[in-house]
Amino acid sequence: MSRSTRWAVIVVAIVVIIAVALSLRKPQEEIAEVPQEVKLKAAMVTDVGGLGDESFNDAAYKGLKEAEEKLGFEITVVESKKMDDYEPNLRSLGDQGTDISWAVGFLLTDALDTVAPEYPDLKFGLIDSVVEQPNVASATFKEEEGSFLLGVIAAKMTKTGTVGFVGGMEVPVIEHFDAGFHAGVLSANPDVKVLRGYTGKFDDPAKGKEVALAQFNQGADIIFHASGACGLGVIEAAKEQGEGFWAMGVDSCQHHLAPDNVMSCMMKRVDVAVFEVTKRVQDGTFEPKHYIFGLAEDGVGTCGRTSEHVPEEVLEEVEKYREMIVNGEIVVPASFAELETFTPPSV
Amino acid sequence: METGNLADVTIYIALVVSTLRMATPLILAGLGGVFSERSGVVNIALEGIMLISAFMGMLISYYTEAPWLGVLSAVASGVLVALILAVACVRYKSNQVVVGTAINIFSLGFTGFMLRKVFEHAGQSPPVTKVADWTIPLIHKIPVIGPMIGKHTPFVYIAIVAAVISNHVLFETKLGLRIRAVGEHPKAAETVGVDVFAIRYLCVLLSGALAGLAGASLSLGFLSQFRENMTGGRGFIALAAMIFGKWTPYGTLGACILFGFADALQILSQTLGLTFIPRDFLLMAPYILTMAALAGVIGRSVPPAASGVPYERQK
Repeated sequence: MSRSTRWAVIVVAIVVIIAVALSLRKPQEEIAEVPQEVKLKAAMVTDVGGLGDESFNDAAYKGLKEAEEKLGFEITVVESKKMDDYEPNLRSLGDQGTDISWAVGFLLTDALDTVAPEYPDLKFGLIDSVVEQPNVASATFKEEEGSFLLGVIAAKMTKTGTVGFVGGMEVPVIEHFDAGFHAGVLSANPDVKVLRGYTGKFDDPAKGKEVALAQFNQGADIIFHASGACGLGVIEAAKEQGEGFWAMGVDSCQHHLAPDNVMSCMMKRVDVAVFEVTKRVQDGTFEPKHYIFGLAEDGVGTCGRTSEHVPEEVLEEVEKYREMIVNGEIVVPASFAELETFTPPSV
Repeated sequence: METGNLADVTIYIALVVSTLRMATPLILAGLGGVFSERSGVVNIALEGIMLISAFMGMLISYYTEAPWLGVLSAVASGVLVALILAVACVRYKSNQVVVGTAINIFSLGFTGFMLRKVFEHAGQSPPVTKVADWTIPLIHKIPVIGPMIGKHTPFVYIAIVAAVISNHVLFETKLGLRIRAVGEHPKAAETVGVDVFAIRYLCVLLSGALAGLAGASLSLGFLSQFRENMTGGRGFIALAAMIFGKWTPYGTLGACILFGFADALQILSQTLGLTFIPRDFLLMAPYILTMAALAGVIGRSVPPAASGVPYERQK
């Protein structure tokens, strides 16, 4: 008995020390910057990929940060460790009276659809999926349009005549990337073979690497990934294979992870979407509608460091395709079904 | 879709290579599970130990640029975390599953927190120096076999050697006999003078060391950075493999290779565009095998009799 009592005392003591330590830190910061007016609150809930995914969670955070700096929002980030964190995390933001809460990622769709009606006076935003509720703005991207351009680059740059695509889970968003990339390859050079593999996850780099190695082994020399953190493994695989093997990053610019082996990245400007819609909450122009960001809106595109490895003439060609997509001359397929009936345009 | 040429030998080489790579962390962690459970302690904390070790290995390699020092510290931190389990479960007779689960949850939070503290960056660490691949002299020149087993990250060889040594220790030495006795009937073992507590401490710490190696194989062997939750459930799959392998080192080795094979097959068939087996089914295959194993489909799987039961010293 005395032994377990001693343990209990130790545990309680540790908890108390931690609690005291935490409570001592917080107030000073808060007192230091008491705002004159009541600040609007903006927040985001990440998907399981979490911050530091070098991908859309980070991009959303960038947009939120911008809203803090330029618009004076008070921002909060809640990270989800597992799938069943989504609803409680969104509710906790609702309970704090957050003016706009962003659900970042397709995986949060159902959770937001459940939680949003519980807080009818607050506003919510959703990335990569659509929820039709009177207080939810949905932002989706035409990933297929940006991926198409990467497909063009890959088809022009491959030396082996084979390129690869590594996806995460087989969800509609990832299908956009897959179909768009494939269509881009077909358009630029129909003789180039496209290998395809899915990791079934978004957070397992070792698996991403294995899928990429299998594709390199089967003759691919350029692999485009849309697989969240699994993509770190794809880039690692290209780095390990060495010169002449390339990865193409996704969502944000991933060049810095392997400057000599990342050819280009499909930028998905989640930050733009988050900032623009958050701004509308401040302006009072927020509408619970579906915002679509494509090439025309600069919501997707190739990253700025593409020119480090891709020659001018290829970039000019890419620009031609970009204009054709913006003009509507090319309608990029966003699903495998549309890819089936896609006829490559003549340039 | 075009399919690859199945007569091409490189496909089979790729399959073997990929299987070995996918199986390695499972083998190391699974062997850890064998030692722990054979001595009577359920080690559900393998997953958490792997994760903390993967982090510590990365951290030390980051600061020293000496990856083997990283591996060493991964093993050391594995032992340290296992010590918590040992003290709580052997000395204080806590519920082993509860303590193990607590360690798993703790390690997920701890590594995420440390990542932010040390690198001021969430999600993943910067790239670090990883352990260089080993090329086995002569063997790597043999056609077909060479490319299959001739060049790998050292962890692949360590895992297989560890299985052989584990089997020898467990079934051909006095220590192994004592471990098995303690796991089956600790009272009888103590009656003949075996120190039950000492054996259990030793085995739990050993399982921590092996899980530590498994963690290092991920962050310093296959990849060269740490990513939050990068173990991705491998600790649990390793436990399932241990059950599949009937609590023996060779059985576990075989089960892990089978699981790795299912994974490798799944990846390769996608790459080759073999779509006649649905991709979803292939993604499920390793987990279906696991459940089949747990349900006893592969014949009677009898755990060590005293596994999971805290031992009260006889007066």
